[in-house]
Amino acid sequence: MKQLRAFIAKEFYHVFRDHKTLLLLFGLPIVQIILFGFALSTEVKNSNIAILDRSKDDASREIIHKIASSDYFEIERNIRGHEEILEAFQSGKVRAVVIFEPDFSEHLLRENKAQLQIIADASDVNTATTINNYLTNIVTEYQRELLGATSMPWVIEPEIKMLYNPQLKGEYTFIPGIMAMIMLLVGVMMTSISIVREKELGTMEILLVSPFKPLWIVLAKFAPYVIISILNVTAILLLSYFFLELPVKGSLFLLYVESLLFILTSLSLGLLISVLSKTQQTAMFISLMATMLPTLLLSGFMFPIENMPMPLQVISNIVPSKWFFIIVKSIMIKGLGIEAVWKETLILAGMTLLLFVISLRKFKIRLE
Amino acid sequence: MSAVELEHIVKTYQDGGVTAVKDFSLKVNEGELFGLIGPDGAGKTTIFRILTTLILADSGRASVNGYDVVEDYNEIRKRVGYMPGRFSLYQDLTVAENLHFFATVFKTTIEENYDMIRDIYEQIEPFKDRRAGKLSGGMKQKLALCCALIHKPEVLFLDEPTTGVDAVSRKEFWQMLDQLKKHGITMLVSTPYMDEAVRCDRIALMQQGSILAMDSPEQLVRSFSGKLYQAKSEQKHRLLKDLRKHPQVVDTYSFGEYLHLRTSNDSKEVLEALKQELLVQGHEQLVMEECAPTIEDCFIRLLNQE
Repeated sequence: MKQLRAFIAKEFYHVFRDHKTLLLLFGLPIVQIILFGFALSTEVKNSNIAILDRSKDDASREIIHKIASSDYFEIERNIRGHEEILEAFQSGKVRAVVIFEPDFSEHLLRENKAQLQIIADASDVNTATTINNYLTNIVTEYQRELLGATSMPWVIEPEIKMLYNPQLKGEYTFIPGIMAMIMLLVGVMMTSISIVREKELGTMEILLVSPFKPLWIVLAKFAPYVIISILNVTAILLLSYFFLELPVKGSLFLLYVESLLFILTSLSLGLLISVLSKTQQTAMFISLMATMLPTLLLSGFMFPIENMPMPLQVISNIVPSKWFFIIVKSIMIKGLGIEAVWKETLILAGMTLLLFVISLRKFKIRLE
Repeated sequence: MSAVELEHIVKTYQDGGVTAVKDFSLKVNEGELFGLIGPDGAGKTTIFRILTTLILADSGRASVNGYDVVEDYNEIRKRVGYMPGRFSLYQDLTVAENLHFFATVFKTTIEENYDMIRDIYEQIEPFKDRRAGKLSGGMKQKLALCCALIHKPEVLFLDEPTTGVDAVSRKEFWQMLDQLKKHGITMLVSTPYMDEAVRCDRIALMQQGSILAMDSPEQLVRSFSGKLYQAKSEQKHRLLKDLRKHPQVVDTYSFGEYLHLRTSNDSKEVLEALKQELLVQGHEQLVMEECAPTIEDCFIRLLNQE
């Protein structure tokens, strides 16, 4: 027991005396939150559009007014002829152009049919689709107001409710994703590097020629990173609460327990990598490959797993962050309890145990 | 029982297929200060790693204080002290923290075994709050020795402890080893410096994984048969070239400010004739006289015989 304490004390010295790395460890989550929360937003806000109004009557003016007053659009310019459309797109400032046919209002009232055209810049597919949807919505809404005035016989009005995320906030999915990513990065990379560093610096050589137990080294290596990761989780939750106005709906305690479990998963994965690699570079490279890519691609964080081809869906099951992502989403956003996530929790716990036992068994008691 | 025993040890490294140690046998007696002397690549570190249970030999048997390096590796790890060739303590821990850590790992305390390290630790104690990475070479080495000694090891393995250390510290270090002998610790030391060989009770001269000779330093020097001469002149380089060309000169090499040489016939006449010839060739301030052989002379002679 005394030996274990000495090992843990040593690890804390290593971590807390390395100021640069420490800064990185705490800076990482903050930078990620800010990047994802503010800079890399997938929502469409304040998109610049151009208007070509060839009728300039009540109806067209009314629609233009609705577009301009929405949060999503900013009317960057009014253009006068078709020849200016291309120019507007080429300036790079305009995301879409809305064109009203001549005598828009008259066609609408007399023939019950008027046309407007939306031309969107589809070089960015997602944005183009979103803009198209928003604009169509605005037009439909106007149409409904007109209908209210003249009263048509049949109206089907779908009432849409966005459960768990009524405002369709993008933050709702990226916070659990970022939590998974940061814990994996810190846990996997730091443990693997810190064990491999002992091999590289030769201190492992001395440790091996002593009555140590591999388990001590491993547990001691875990200790500081567990604390750092828990602090990171807290930082992420605080940031998301105060800056992104995203509170934890479910039990905070459960969220922390699940985070602790996932931290242990990451540390065990890091341990396995450290057993397999000889240099710090290798350890770092494998860690990045084992954490970033699967988390971004296969956890459901960026791309829905349901839409993937079958083989990828199967592979995604061995990605620990997929399960953690589901757990955090359930607790934080849906406000569900352990009864909803016990299956995922068991899977994570099983993975952790497996990784830990394999790497402890593979821990080399000699130099080669 | 020998403190350290190696029998027909062979070790080949996978990458490159280099045979580091060939059919190596050695016995070190209890309480002995034994030196492995040889240049880089002689296989010294490999021997140390096999004895400290860090690597496995391809074939052969080795034991430390009766414990087999393969079967009883756990027993050996409790009982030996090891100082690798490279400084391998925690650079970001202070002197005191390092010492405390290693004491605890070996289930002891600094206080318990302080008498073991007192003489050495007192020299670095003024710097006990300094990070190990910030120490000078000599102090690092003293700290490493303290850490290797803190659990009163029965056998101490020191792999090139004086490499990269200044001359004064080197001398001090050997004095410390002399002190340790009084505690009855068996010590196996390796060094590439021939002049340190005389500080050992017995030495093995090593080259490319084999032992060229093994004996006490005095006995090795005594067994140097024939006469050895030293020579110097104004132009050392030309002298070396001229001596190498001479048919009567068997062996000649640079040795400090002198050249050492042997002749095919140890008679005085040959030496005088050689001297005359060199004077005729225009060597000024020529000195040529008999000298006592050193370990290095033995080593070079053994190498040339190979």
